[in-house]
Amino acid sequence: MKASVGGYARASDLRHALELLSGSGGLGRVLAGGQSLIAAMNMRLSAGDLLVDISRVSDLSGVSDTGERLLIGALTRHVEIAGNPLIREHAPLLSRAVQYIAHAAIRNRGTIGGALAHADPAAEFPACILALGATLHIEGLHGRRDVAAEDFFQDIFETSIGEGEILTGISVPKAEAGEAHLIEEVARRSGDYALAGLCLVKRAAGHRVALFSVGPKPLLARTAMTALDRGDVEGAAKALHDELDPPSDTQASGAYRRHLAQVLLRRAVARIEGATA
Amino acid sequence: MNEAFRDKVDISLTVNGEPVEARVPAGQHLTDFLRLELGLTGAHASCEHGVCGACTVQVDGAPIRGCLMLAPQADGAEVWTVEGLSDTDAIKDLQEAFVARNALQCGFCTPGMLVAAKDLLSRGGIPSRQEIREHMSGNYCRCTGYEAIVDAVETVARARAGKGAA
Repeated sequence: MKASVGGYARASDLRHALELLSGSGGLGRVLAGGQSLIAAMNMRLSAGDLLVDISRVSDLSGVSDTGERLLIGALTRHVEIAGNPLIREHAPLLSRAVQYIAHAAIRNRGTIGGALAHADPAAEFPACILALGATLHIEGLHGRRDVAAEDFFQDIFETSIGEGEILTGISVPKAEAGEAHLIEEVARRSGDYALAGLCLVKRAAGHRVALFSVGPKPLLARTAMTALDRGDVEGAAKALHDELDPPSDTQASGAYRRHLAQVLLRRAVARIEGATA
Repeated sequence: MNEAFRDKVDISLTVNGEPVEARVPAGQHLTDFLRLELGLTGAHASCEHGVCGACTVQVDGAPIRGCLMLAPQADGAEVWTVEGLSDTDAIKDLQEAFVARNALQCGFCTPGMLVAAKDLLSRGGIPSRQEIREHMSGNYCRCTGYEAIVDAVETVARARAGKGAA
């Protein structure tokens, strides 16, 4: 099908984008890489939007080292996340996640900010930033605010970005020496959304486990994390079983997703042990 | 309606090396622009939600989904379609290998396959069959069963590497 668009405006900078958005009478929609939005518009899941194209706002792209954290611009493309040396060294979970996201042609346009703002519960990046404990930077005409990843994802395709606001970037803590980052998922075909997926970050301060495609939003499995901190892998797997209540759909039953989550957890832990053995 | 938002957008770009200026509908995707306005029907509009890969074209040096980029976003871009890549002989060896290996039957997916394979081959070296499959996994073919496509891409990678070493 063909998209039905209310209008298009290309923002020259962030201020311009915010002004366009606030002048759109509630019909404004931010267009970045477009790899989910244009698909949704083509399928007429969304129609009549006034598109605010931010893809040329150059200062929202790229990665910088701010000392203890990495600042990643919202418009940084998936292909850049995969190849960027700072991310590969200090936040390898993100660069490893990219191989699971769709296909090369889509990774060439899709942006990390777009993926986070879209908040698909089956997507990799939302769970990654939850596991990393990232901070999201959101800006509106009346100022800038920071939101913790734990508070950002509200429900299916729903985030704490308010009307007239734009996600400008995220900052992630740089990995400490010896920190382990793993992402595991099961999908029927390469590039498909996962039936279930899991991110594991092991730090000196403790484990962080985030799951995707098991509920309406990415989920931090706190009881499983505590069990892993005690070294109790089976206890963590059992906790996952109790913590998750995944939906059933045409792709997989809820029971199968719950089973997969446990398998992925054991697999991730085994990989850490294999790497340090 | 707010005047800042346009339902027609003026764009200026190059397509297959030629400068193009046009006024396009705000919601028209790049594939429809190429096909309907420029008569370049090599890139196919099929699933139109980024799954099948038949619309793959090269924009600013990288393969992208023509159905997931709006024509207004292509302002200033350098676009290459299978027509331009054919006319310049940039993928002549790849096209010959597709014929020799029977890597197409109906041919609907072939323009997208060629653009995707060109990207992989441009990285140099000889990718493994697994790497070829992974790279081409976003391009659907309903005829060949893929084996012959992987054969064709592998053949060209080996031939190009051989020439480079000679």
